[in-house]
Amino acid sequence: MSDSQGPLWEVFVQKKAGQPFVHCGSLHAFDKEMALQNARDLYTRRNEGMALWVVPSSAITASSPEDMGSFFEPANDKVYRHPTFYQIPDAIGHM
Amino acid sequence: MENKTYEDLFEAKLAKNEMIEPKDWMPENYRKHLIRQVSQHAHSEIVGMLPEGNWITRAPSLRAKKVLLAKVQDEGGHGLYLYTAAETLGISRDELLDNLHTGKAKYSSIFNYPTLTWADIGAIGWLVDGAAIMNQVMLQRTSYGPYARAMVRICKEESFHQRQGYEIMTHLAFGTPEQKAMAQDAINRWWFPTMMMFGPPDAESPNSENAMKWRIKRETNDQLRQRFVNQTVPQVEYLGLTVPDPNLKWNEAKKGYDFSEPDWTEFKNVISGNGPCNKERLGARVKAHKDGAWVREAAAAYAKKQNQSIAA
Repeated sequence: MSDSQGPLWEVFVQKKAGQPFVHCGSLHAFDKEMALQNARDLYTRRNEGMALWVVPSSAITASSPEDMGSFFEPANDKVYRHPTFYQIPDAIGHM
Repeated sequence: MENKTYEDLFEAKLAKNEMIEPKDWMPENYRKHLIRQVSQHAHSEIVGMLPEGNWITRAPSLRAKKVLLAKVQDEGGHGLYLYTAAETLGISRDELLDNLHTGKAKYSSIFNYPTLTWADIGAIGWLVDGAAIMNQVMLQRTSYGPYARAMVRICKEESFHQRQGYEIMTHLAFGTPEQKAMAQDAINRWWFPTMMMFGPPDAESPNSENAMKWRIKRETNDQLRQRFVNQTVPQVEYLGLTVPDPNLKWNEAKKGYDFSEPDWTEFKNVISGNGPCNKERLGARVKAHKDGAWVREAAAAYAKKQNQSIAA
């Protein structure tokens, strides 16, 4: 959605080195430099992060809630993807 | 699959305390209610910068000035979190701002009162932000996801606002007799307008029923107002100051204070545009927006040029 405030961007913050980038909100800006500077002023005023990503909202494709059931269904009946599915002899201990 | 309607699914989510997200189906009235409430909240943050901004150049010390600047900047940030939350409901930033500038949308009546002395800055941080926090803590669990997430951020940041306000009040209340009188005068003027911030009594609140049903609000106006009074009176007493309400009295049976209702006629009057500063506040907002037009145009032109040179 573009208007006189510039297009919408999604902001992702990395709290500490080595941690994943987490979505923290959105903002308006006219270009990527401005988006990055606005993200710093808006979302990291109290050292909330040490690295930022800004992504045009229009570039994001999202799954739709209506299809949620069937979309994620393939994972439902595959308990054998979890370690607890397997029996390991007690004598072996932790594996 | 059971044959459930969208409405059933929506109700089921609310019943399970699950959050509604932007792409979920929602009743049109729920959407409308939220656009009204979230945008009103955003406008209040932005207009709320004005009465305090009034004192930045006159703060009594460099420390006080830095703190006030940081607080006013936070309010701007809070407005921006809330505007983007409102936009997820399908309204554009331009429409939101237009609604504010044309008077179609409201903002909290509290910001239509003037900040006459430095003590008012203390009273706003302590009382006004204190009342806002009470409301916002509840809203962290509101049923609309983007609104709830904005509230979590805001609540984290607000607690400094209230503490800095009370610190100003302690300096004045334990200062010279003139300073103490100034602090009392600020309480006298801000007490009832602050009480109005929780909205009309439950029996007369037109939007409350739906807000509770949809879990947008989880406590009523009167419940929040009562809690605010219970929490604040001991803080006033500590300062050696008084609440300007002759009917204020501890009620042992309800483990809370009895108190006078604010003047609801005044409240309606201020909301409908006739408070002491309505024209000034809206005028300042519209002027700031107009004065910023060339910046937006220049930034848009620059971005366009950058994109063209990349494409070429």
